[in-house]
Amino acid sequence: MSTQLKPAELDPLRRAADWQRWEYAFWLLPLAAYFIFPKSLSLLSQIAITALFALSLDLILGYAGIVSLGQAAFFGLGAYAAGLMAAHGMGDPTLGLLVAALIAGCGGFISSFLVLRGTDLTRLMVTLGVAMMLYEAANKLTELTGGVDGLQGIEVKPLLGYFNFDLYGKTAYWYSVVVLFALFFLARRIVHSPFGLSLQGIRQNVGRMPAIGAPVHGRLVAVYTLSAAYAGVAGALLTQTTQFVSLDVLAFSRSAELLLMLVLGGAGCLYGALIGTAVFMTAHHFLSNMNPQYWQFWLGALLVLIVLFARDGVIGLLVRLRGWLRKSA
Amino acid sequence: MKPALQTRRLLRKFGGYIATNEVSLSVEQGARHALIGPNGAGKTTLINLLTGFLEPDAGAVILNGNDVTQLAQHQRVKRGLVRTFQINKLFADMSALESVTLAVCERLGWGWNWWRPVGDHQAAVDEAAELLSSLGLREVLNQPTRSLAYGKQRLIEIALALAARPTVLLLDEPAAGVPASESRELFETIAQLPRSVTILLIEHDMDLVFRFADRISVLVNGALLAEDKPELIAVDKRVREVYLGVSLDG
Repeated sequence: MSTQLKPAELDPLRRAADWQRWEYAFWLLPLAAYFIFPKSLSLLSQIAITALFALSLDLILGYAGIVSLGQAAFFGLGAYAAGLMAAHGMGDPTLGLLVAALIAGCGGFISSFLVLRGTDLTRLMVTLGVAMMLYEAANKLTELTGGVDGLQGIEVKPLLGYFNFDLYGKTAYWYSVVVLFALFFLARRIVHSPFGLSLQGIRQNVGRMPAIGAPVHGRLVAVYTLSAAYAGVAGALLTQTTQFVSLDVLAFSRSAELLLMLVLGGAGCLYGALIGTAVFMTAHHFLSNMNPQYWQFWLGALLVLIVLFARDGVIGLLVRLRGWLRKSA
Repeated sequence: MKPALQTRRLLRKFGGYIATNEVSLSVEQGARHALIGPNGAGKTTLINLLTGFLEPDAGAVILNGNDVTQLAQHQRVKRGLVRTFQINKLFADMSALESVTLAVCERLGWGWNWWRPVGDHQAAVDEAAELLSSLGLREVLNQPTRSLAYGKQRLIEIALALAARPTVLLLDEPAAGVPASESRELFETIAQLPRSVTILLIEHDMDLVFRFADRISVLVNGALLAEDKPELIAVDKRVREVYLGVSLDG
């Protein structure tokens, strides 16, 4: 047998999950943003919420390789769950999040058996179909959901019984950021675990996984359910911080834009989901202010450029940039 | 002693075409058994039936005396029936160490662990590193699989199978695509496996087969034509007829 392996040879894997310095710096950004842009807290909250939503898609698409055009189904389930609770006197925010996660998770679990059967194209169609059915159901069930008028009468109680949701959106912002960070932290643990590695194995070579003894279907059901719960929490956050639910929480455009954000940032990397969301939504904000009618043109141009010159998204660009800097240093 | 791997009148059709025709194969414990046959003889279908990738229309697969016909692929792997692939099935973006650690984690039943990082599963990382080192891959532990030379990738293909600690190992043309000089090394590695691992080898290279195997089965048109010791297979009239025009000594 070979001579003793040195710790240094195993370190790249043994230390793969260690927090890097730039990560600490990254998480100072939401703190800094609060003080630098005190008047944009509502936009910033939206970014945090959508970033959480993007994480949910990254878990299934970026890690496990499940394409989806219907992630809004679970976002909407969570949004309505939290909304209905708050409209019926159960407006405690944390309870709302838990119930939303549970309901969206159940929705994910049940639909996973439809979604996971086919190949990529089938999955696109089935995820799209599930979201469309939910959209029309919410549209039709006006007594429950308010239909196109939206769900009225939502009263969210103070956070933890103490922090009121203020007009400036301070509580809403911190609430969104803390939930985002907590669930990011959990997702980060998961993707670095053996379970997370097995998901990457499924994406990289699904045919090999059974041959090393891994139950592919079970793993995919698990991550799809988890991802749905994440999306549900994001939906609930939106409801609670805006005190309103409209039908477009279930709209196709929400799922499609989410996919764009993830590709823009770089799928298969949790920070890609976060950065993609921030870039997309900031661009959206400024472009639509500059040109309310035609802003989508520039967004489209940005996406075409990304696909042509930075296949792996903003994260890919940053990694390459670091490579160049190290070489030239 | 019960055979390590056995099939009973295994039948598989694709439409009207009979790909596997009532094959009753028996591989003894610790054997170095080779399965040969001309192109289209149904070797790959048979492997897929053995591993559970395909379901048979009739017949049974028996592993160490237990009927595993109803078990899914990954369940058969857990019971020790492990294969390699003729065309590499690797995790291109993972390092060699990550890939094999993943496989070791799955064998140890840690594949559902979702909180502790892979790198903290020290026993798995150490075992994977040892296994890769023993296959001469110590220098490339941390390189992404996609960046490795084909010969090295071929060894990772085998490492992934060994990480599952097979009792029966199905090698599907392990030397396919590997230059002759490297294929010799590859077979030396395989020959060093302990006798507690039963090996069923599917191979085109007759030279390798006759050097390696202590028993040979010949598959023709989906059915078993002959099964015997190599020296008897080499002189078998029917086998020579099938391989007419294809020189038996490579």
